[in-house]
Amino acid sequence: MELLGNLWGELWAVLKTLFAAAPYVIGYILLILLTMMIWTGIKRLLTPKHDYSSLKTVTFGDESAVTSNSVASVVSIVLIFVLWAAFTGSRLLPGFMHAPGPFVGDGSFTYTIMTPDGQTDDATVSVVVHPATVETAAPEISPGDGIAKNDAIAIASYRSALLRVDNNDEMGRDDGTFVTAVNGQPIAPDGSVKVAFGSVTMSGKGTLNIIPASGVQMEPIWLPAPEAVWKRMTEIATEGYRNSTLAEHLGYSLFRVIVGFTLGALIGIPLGYAMGLSNWFRGWFDPIVEFMRPVPPLALIPLVIIWAGIGEVGKIILLFLAALWIMAIAARSGVSGVRISKVHAAYSLGASKWQIMRHVIIPNSLPEIFTGARVAMGVCWGTVVAAELVAAEKGAGMMIMVASKFQSTDIVLMGIILIGIIGFSIDMLMRWAERILVPWKGKG
Amino acid sequence: MGRHMSGLQIDKLSMRFDLPNGSSVQALQDVSVDLKAGELLSVLGPSGCGKTTLLNIVAGFLAPTAGTIILNGKTVSGPGPERGMVFQQGALFEWMSVRENVGFGPSMKGMAKAPKAQIVDHLLDVVGLQDFKDKAVYELSGGMQQRVALARCLANEPDVILMDEPLGALDALTREKMQGLVLKLWKETGKTIILITHSVEEALLLGERLIVMAPRPGRIHTEYRLPFAEMGVGQDLREVKKHPKFAETREEILGMIWDMEEEIMGRTETA
Repeated sequence: MELLGNLWGELWAVLKTLFAAAPYVIGYILLILLTMMIWTGIKRLLTPKHDYSSLKTVTFGDESAVTSNSVASVVSIVLIFVLWAAFTGSRLLPGFMHAPGPFVGDGSFTYTIMTPDGQTDDATVSVVVHPATVETAAPEISPGDGIAKNDAIAIASYRSALLRVDNNDEMGRDDGTFVTAVNGQPIAPDGSVKVAFGSVTMSGKGTLNIIPASGVQMEPIWLPAPEAVWKRMTEIATEGYRNSTLAEHLGYSLFRVIVGFTLGALIGIPLGYAMGLSNWFRGWFDPIVEFMRPVPPLALIPLVIIWAGIGEVGKIILLFLAALWIMAIAARSGVSGVRISKVHAAYSLGASKWQIMRHVIIPNSLPEIFTGARVAMGVCWGTVVAAELVAAEKGAGMMIMVASKFQSTDIVLMGIILIGIIGFSIDMLMRWAERILVPWKGKG
Repeated sequence: MGRHMSGLQIDKLSMRFDLPNGSSVQALQDVSVDLKAGELLSVLGPSGCGKTTLLNIVAGFLAPTAGTIILNGKTVSGPGPERGMVFQQGALFEWMSVRENVGFGPSMKGMAKAPKAQIVDHLLDVVGLQDFKDKAVYELSGGMQQRVALARCLANEPDVILMDEPLGALDALTREKMQGLVLKLWKETGKTIILITHSVEEALLLGERLIVMAPRPGRIHTEYRLPFAEMGVGQDLREVKKHPKFAETREEILGMIWDMEEEIMGRTETA
């Protein structure tokens, strides 16, 4: 019961986050609809198409009338980069397109103190907000006269600072003198006052906390600008990261995938054929394959590390296992999927068992095997990155894991983008190979 | 025993097998047919009468529980190149071109390229697909695919051609053209042909001999010897269909099959 209560609490927290994100999601959807309307408008101005689809009156619900609009794809990708650049204050965008950034520059506010006997006095606090990367000292100021003396402070953007304004005043809190107003507006403990560059709040104990406006841009530590990621990539490509260049990191990951997948296919395909062609092999391996298939390869990582360590052998064993079952099942269903009339036809044309294997069963199973290989390559790529996250000397996953420990978000982002690009390229390559090598797929 | 040394003798074929639920099925009972070389036999019957089982036994894909099949004096015990098959559809190898499909049998025998190409070219001429020889089979229409299947079968020089509803999936017009082609090939090659069909008209047109089978157990009900196949060679098949005897026989057989269906219905209703 306690568990249910806890889970309900967690679910509620998730839902709250979703509700908080809802306005942004709705805004994004509106943006999509807006661009769609704009494009519809532009299309009217262009010469209309006269292909078959353009003559269809029923397109809603006609699956064949729905194709990917390449304009939408381009706009969508561009928009991702524009949003990314706008919310990171990227130099790639003109300034007016940036989301409001953090306040940087000089500002000041006055505070008023009141002594126990009712006297008041004002003093000015000069604030310099500087980018975190530029060390800046607090400006020199004259203390001024009166009980309250002027203060100065330098704050890095996105940060706030507590300032004991009464430290240099003639009468402080020990003397019963308190800050009562900021910029003429009354302030009390736990209260706050808006100032030109942000806000000033008062802690429970009466210390002023200066909070320069942080804007709605992302701090580089959360999300670096696109050009920062690019710069980091060129840097790592030439100088390397953790004793290895970018090519080495990615090369090692790819090497593991290719070797692991190849070994898995070399064992898995014959295994699948044996299972598809012999009752005994089918019965022998069915329980093993059917049990191992739903075990996520990631769950094997700890065992593989215990048995084979964190070197190449362990990783390749892991990827071998990830590919093995997928390839075995693909080959098995490829064999089972051969129409009996094809086999009968081949026999009655005088083919021997071996010839039937070579000329009927293998070519007939190739489309299934290619589908399996595509899935297996995807799984292997995902698994290698995860395995490298856990433990590795080199590799794309290791690179981003180590970078995250040092808060190098730019490297993490770069790694994720490269991992995505490589995964996508692998899939494209497999599709291309499939088109070239098994053009009869789905035509049987 | 006056056994022929040529031709195909199907002798008292029975086939009985157990079902998982413990009962057993008598798919065929005492089916005997004696075919002389070059005869064209069509087999007709309601579904479940065992006609496809019969064909599969003759092809050697199934073993009968009793009876024998003797082809040219030799007992049949498995599939072999002397008995070619043409299936309804989907039996072509889609990873091969039309030419490779037709040349499959010769290739399996290890025939050299030149004589093989000669056979393939000749047969593609016969079935009228010379212009399509380098196409993939999936690029062809259903009728063309069946032409390829016929050519592939003939390329292997079988003694007997077994056809399992080869025209069943074609549209009416194509079907009629293909019926003409089958008759032409039969006459030109002199092959023994067994053709299974659902269509009474097709059975009449493509059967020098015709057997009507009855179900449960599958057995021969009636046997005919018909003139229509001979008449149809090189003629418009629509003319053959206008023959008064054609319509008469068709009605007779339809009535026969109708009665069988009625009987099955009656039996299942009382059961």
